[in-house]
Amino acid sequence: MDRSEIESRLNGLLVSELGLDESKIRPDARFEEDLEVDSLGVVELLMALEDEFGVQIPDEEAENIGTVGQAVDLVANKLAG
Amino acid sequence: MSRVALVTGGSRGIGRAISLALAQSGHAVAVNYAANAAAAEEVVGLIAAGGGEAVAVGGDVGNRADVDRIFAEVEAALGPVDVLVNNAGITRDGLLLRMGDDDWNDVLTTNLSSVYLCTKTAMRSMVRSKWGRIISVSSVSGIAGNPGQSNYAASKAGIIGFTKSVAKEVGSRGITANVVAPGFISTDMTAALGDAAESAAVTSSAIGRLGWPEEVAAAVDFLASDAASYITGQVLVVDGGLAL
Repeated sequence: MDRSEIESRLNGLLVSELGLDESKIRPDARFEEDLEVDSLGVVELLMALEDEFGVQIPDEEAENIGTVGQAVDLVANKLAG
Repeated sequence: MSRVALVTGGSRGIGRAISLALAQSGHAVAVNYAANAAAAEEVVGLIAAGGGEAVAVGGDVGNRADVDRIFAEVEAALGPVDVLVNNAGITRDGLLLRMGDDDWNDVLTTNLSSVYLCTKTAMRSMVRSKWGRIISVSSVSGIAGNPGQSNYAASKAGIIGFTKSVAKEVGSRGITANVVAPGFISTDMTAALGDAAESAAVTSSAIGRLGWPEEVAAAVDFLASDAASYITGQVLVVDGGLAL
């Protein structure tokens, strides 16, 4: 799966699962500050990513997800590794 | 489509009444039991005879592997759990000075760790569907204390703190978490306490009698409903005025 496909599927999740406005989703958008996703929302996103991509994301790695781009990186690394 | 309710320890006593009440109000009910399959099948039969939908699901809710299997079985048979009733509980009464470590650990595992395990497991689909009801059965022992029940009271007080925290975590997702705290209810569990305890409870209660399991079930059924959508983190005491 290439990076653009990961990005487009993740953006789809942000809209369907977290109800975000697609026009605000950019790689450098910060979940909490820019997109107003609360801490439970980040957990919801992690669960959705795990289901969507069939990966496991441990808590210590989850802490590094601050932006949309970082979430894409994490999934890409998981799928590559 | 009817909502799916899982009642832990749902085959006997208060749990049985809760299973029947939730079926009566239109839920598809998963009746969990620890050991008594016959009692659970009887409850399922009663629900089916009344035109409702129910399944019996065996397993120890204090054990993570069992909890995973219970939820998988319920989901396969009825769908994801919308209403979780944490009711399973045991007593191992004794004065603290004579209490064995096993008596402490068994009660905390079955009564409190089970609430953690089941609520955590149920939460995933509830968060996703933006709707859920967690109702945990505590006890006036957990509020007022009771000699000979330090283990039981600790487990039941623990449920209250747990519930209030969970209520704050997931309230924004349409999920409520509440506690029902029964007083002296006429069940096998309280019959084992003896006549002296029973008459003391009758004398102390404002209503002047023991409670019936159906009277606790009615409170649970209300908290499970859409009508209770703005009530969360609360302890509803159903004790006939015992702990006033």
